Amino acid sequence: MERRIDSRGFRLMNRRELLKFTPLLAFGALAVPKLQKPFLKAGLGLSDWVSAKLYRSHHLATTFSDSELTPLDKFPVNDYDVDDPDLDLDSWTLAVGGAVERPGEYRLGDIQALPLYRQNTRHVCVEGWDVIGRFGGARLSDFLKTVGAQPGARFVTVECADDYYESLDMATALHPQTLLCYEMYDRPLTREHGAPLRLQIPTKIGYKQAKYLTKLKLTHVLERVGYWEDQGYSKFYGL
Amino acid sequence: MSAKEVTIENRKTGEITDAVYEHPLIIRYCHWLNAVALFVLAGSGLQIFRAFPSFGAKIPQKVLINWPPSLAIGGWLGGALQWHLTFAWIYIGTGLLYLAYQVLSGNYKQVLFVSRDLPGVWPMVRHYFLFGPRPAPREAYNALQKHAYTSVFVLGVLSVGTGFVLWKPVQFSWLAWMMGGFHWARLWHFLILWAMVAFVFGHLVMVVVHGWNNFVSMLTGWKKDPEYIRR
Repeated sequence: MERRIDSRGFRLMNRRELLKFTPLLAFGALAVPKLQKPFLKAGLGLSDWVSAKLYRSHHLATTFSDSELTPLDKFPVNDYDVDDPDLDLDSWTLAVGGAVERPGEYRLGDIQALPLYRQNTRHVCVEGWDVIGRFGGARLSDFLKTVGAQPGARFVTVECADDYYESLDMATALHPQTLLCYEMYDRPLTREHGAPLRLQIPTKIGYKQAKYLTKLKLTHVLERVGYWEDQGYSKFYGL
Repeated sequence: MSAKEVTIENRKTGEITDAVYEHPLIIRYCHWLNAVALFVLAGSGLQIFRAFPSFGAKIPQKVLINWPPSLAIGGWLGGALQWHLTFAWIYIGTGLLYLAYQVLSGNYKQVLFVSRDLPGVWPMVRHYFLFGPRPAPREAYNALQKHAYTSVFVLGVLSVGTGFVLWKPVQFSWLAWMMGGFHWARLWHFLILWAMVAFVFGHLVMVVVHGWNNFVSMLTGWKKDPEYIRR
């Protein structure tokens, strides 16, 4: 059964249908920088929320055979400041504080006394490149037991000799492949790769893998997230 | 199909034409939101690509293709990632809404390419590309149109799949493996973009060719005087 309508009625009907798109005009607000920022922040926040939901605490990143390794001299070095912040490796200690039972200065020997894990894993940079490297060190989860991490602490934050800083959520910090890394390719870390101690987290993006660690703190509330995150990169960026 | 139809009577001339409600509001919303999202995703994607314009490992560190910043969105890598990750959710959202609506309403029959459409492909190709005679239109979309709209939906699904591999190669390692690994996923993601751009180009050419009434139908839903029920 067909409806009959005159041409004016048809025009009005079309106009009504067109007006149903008025909510889309809200997109025009994105031209205003003041409104653009919170919109993109919400979008990135949603992505980080999904990231955290997708993160599986015991799902291991793929490991590779020795023949698939990128040679050490071809392993790219990305810094935000200097290749070598000129740390005195002999007097170096890691200052541990925050929500821990045993705060204090920890020597490299204390970390090396923990079981050593070596893994050939992919290091993915936010820029889009990736390399397969061989990393060795203690599990961060073992070290957190050593220092007596208080239950309920939600984040691990680190500070570096070059003023870089980073933070990890607890699920990532306790992941079995998350290392306090002191060797690459079975040799002590070189200065440009973060001697004497760096983070190595195959389930996170490259900028989370801070080098030249000097301080480690457990906390319930994050005051700042990380050097790049605080400039607009993803806070969680789990791979 | 339960397409709504009206007969329009021109009061002055007494002329009678038909109009068909081809595009329900949800589909029209999905179309335009998706168009905005695709534009932003392409622009911000090219900015992201500028950070490392290659598909291999970083060795040798060669710039394969670079992109003028004027064609990119976001200004810098972090900004581009914000745009990309924000509009990816709009893109996925409109895709899911489109799929759900098409399936639940049965509206998919208008556009899904099925084996019954196969015999119609060659006459349309002959008409479009080889100046062949024009097959008589019998429904809203001809066989080639259905093929294009079905293919581009598949491309959309693949663009999201490859995107998830690039974003989360560890959590979606099985998907990365299916695509040939992390590097291949990056290449697929990029090639799918250009397939999409090719589709959009063809789509826009056809919109111009098919005229005003056809264009308006994606805004108001109503197509006036459709060829397939011309009196």
